[in-house]
Amino acid sequence: MTFSPELEARFEKFLAKYPEGRKRSAMIPMLIYAQDEVGSMTDELVEEVARRVGVTPLQVQEVLTYYSMLHRKPMGKYHVQICTNISCLLVGGEELWDRACHKLGIGHKQVTKDGRISLEEVECIGACSWAPAIQVNYDFYHDVTMDQIEKLIDGLQSGRNPEQIADLRKVNS
Amino acid sequence: MLYNESSPLEVRILSRRFGMPNSASIETYLATDGYKALEKALGMSQDEIINEVKASGLRGRGGAGFPTGMKWSFVPRQSPKPKYIMVNADESEPGTCKDRLLIEYDPHQMIEGILIAALAVGAQQGYVYIRGEYRYLIDIVDRAIEEAYAHNYLGDNILGRGVKFHLATHSGAGAYECGEESALLESFEGKRGVPRIRPPFPAVAGAYQSPTILNNVETFCSVPPIILNGGAYFAGLGTPKNGGTRLFCLSGHINKPGVYELPMGFNLMRMINEVGGGMRNGKKLKAVIPGGSSCPLLKADECDLAMDFDTLAAAKSMLGSGGVVVMDEDTCMVKAALRIMRFYAHESCGWCIPCREGTTWLRKLLTRFHEGMGQKSDIVLIGDLAKNMLGRTFCPLGDAAALPTISIVEKFPEEFEAHLNGEPCPYEKSSRLVAA
Repeated sequence: MTFSPELEARFEKFLAKYPEGRKRSAMIPMLIYAQDEVGSMTDELVEEVARRVGVTPLQVQEVLTYYSMLHRKPMGKYHVQICTNISCLLVGGEELWDRACHKLGIGHKQVTKDGRISLEEVECIGACSWAPAIQVNYDFYHDVTMDQIEKLIDGLQSGRNPEQIADLRKVNS
Repeated sequence: MLYNESSPLEVRILSRRFGMPNSASIETYLATDGYKALEKALGMSQDEIINEVKASGLRGRGGAGFPTGMKWSFVPRQSPKPKYIMVNADESEPGTCKDRLLIEYDPHQMIEGILIAALAVGAQQGYVYIRGEYRYLIDIVDRAIEEAYAHNYLGDNILGRGVKFHLATHSGAGAYECGEESALLESFEGKRGVPRIRPPFPAVAGAYQSPTILNNVETFCSVPPIILNGGAYFAGLGTPKNGGTRLFCLSGHINKPGVYELPMGFNLMRMINEVGGGMRNGKKLKAVIPGGSSCPLLKADECDLAMDFDTLAAAKSMLGSGGVVVMDEDTCMVKAALRIMRFYAHESCGWCIPCREGTTWLRKLLTRFHEGMGQKSDIVLIGDLAKNMLGRTFCPLGDAAALPTISIVEKFPEEFEAHLNGEPCPYEKSSRLVAA
């Protein structure tokens, strides 16, 4: 299996991080970064990572099923993750979630037919003091309003990316 | 840009660089006493460093509040195996969002703390385990590590003093349980994040079964100020046996939610009213989760207390991870209990049966109850089920799920009663906390 030169360089760095004979430590970081490029935990990816860290594909399967961010089927190009845990719940996180589901006609870990948008109801993402919070792919959005979630969904559906959607500003640089 | 304005009541020790231009850069760090504590520590013996940390009264900021200096002293001096430093940056306790800021705004402070811990126990390799969702923070720490290598604060011969230490980041992939120390170590080794039986504790058998210091991000960040200004100075900021300041994350129904650095022992009501700007929309306070969702809730009339580990323990709750979640009079406590239980049922790793089955059945019972189909006997059953989880699991997740549930069912029985006989949730009209 071939990867982009950037991902190959990252893999090389990962494998060099750990002590002699401890390559298995690189497995989870390799899987999560590979997911950005490959889309999901394909059999081919599992076999390739297993070979590189020196374990069996079954051992990789066993591990990846544990972690909520490692997807066994591809999510959308824009994976919209809405937190409804306690701090977000108190200030409207669940309403944001319901609205997003309703607008898109999809539910938890489902993808729109065109493969553009997927939704996930996530547990605490560490933005409790700026709730309700969401993540689109790896970007954080704080203090999200109902109006903003509407605009986000509309914008993504009409082919724009989150940066092109007025009123919406990711907080991490 | 800061995510929230600071408060004049703050005592900014760990957060003093927050908001400075390029606060994450090594230039800013060096211009503001950065790495001076490391230079001082390089002239100290291992015992002197550990004693200074002991004198500071610093207790683990991840939630358990174990004295940091004592933890470090458990690492065997002579070890045929290499020793490791492991940073727990798997921040995922609901209500907690402080480590994110400490890393985003001041990664070098954490790195300096790690280096001092390495000196204290003679470790030559460290890792920062960062939750997968914090991808952008991994980039920030990687950049800071590069800067530290370039300035000879990391490497084979640090500052020409013959000391060797290497540091790298490690990404998690989504699992609350990996914030538990032994599960974190399993995950770090490329396995499912299930907890280990202890003892042996990580200080003796941690990463790769080698002696390991494992602390929370904020704990490491507290170390440079302790070494630079002395343990006594840090201890004096807090209350007896609860040294220093900590970052409290205020969230929920208050006017100014945010992360604020306050002295240990700061009064909770003052925190809500003076730091947090009081209750939103003039509503009355109903309950507070004082330190992340694993902590027993406090009723409004129990909140006039000092926020330190011992006072909270005496009040039968916990100071936990600093996540203060404030709920107003319109909050449905059954719904709150349900949402918290949904979280633990989702995150239970399934290793211990009381936790796996207990969280699942409690989620089902609470769901049924909130929908108005509960029976009176369920109220007792919920409490009994939760109590039967206590102390019967390898890791604290079972207790973490049970404790808030027990506190809610015992402190707010009338709210459960109000959901009986097929009645719709009484908060449905007045609250945002309604069933979907």
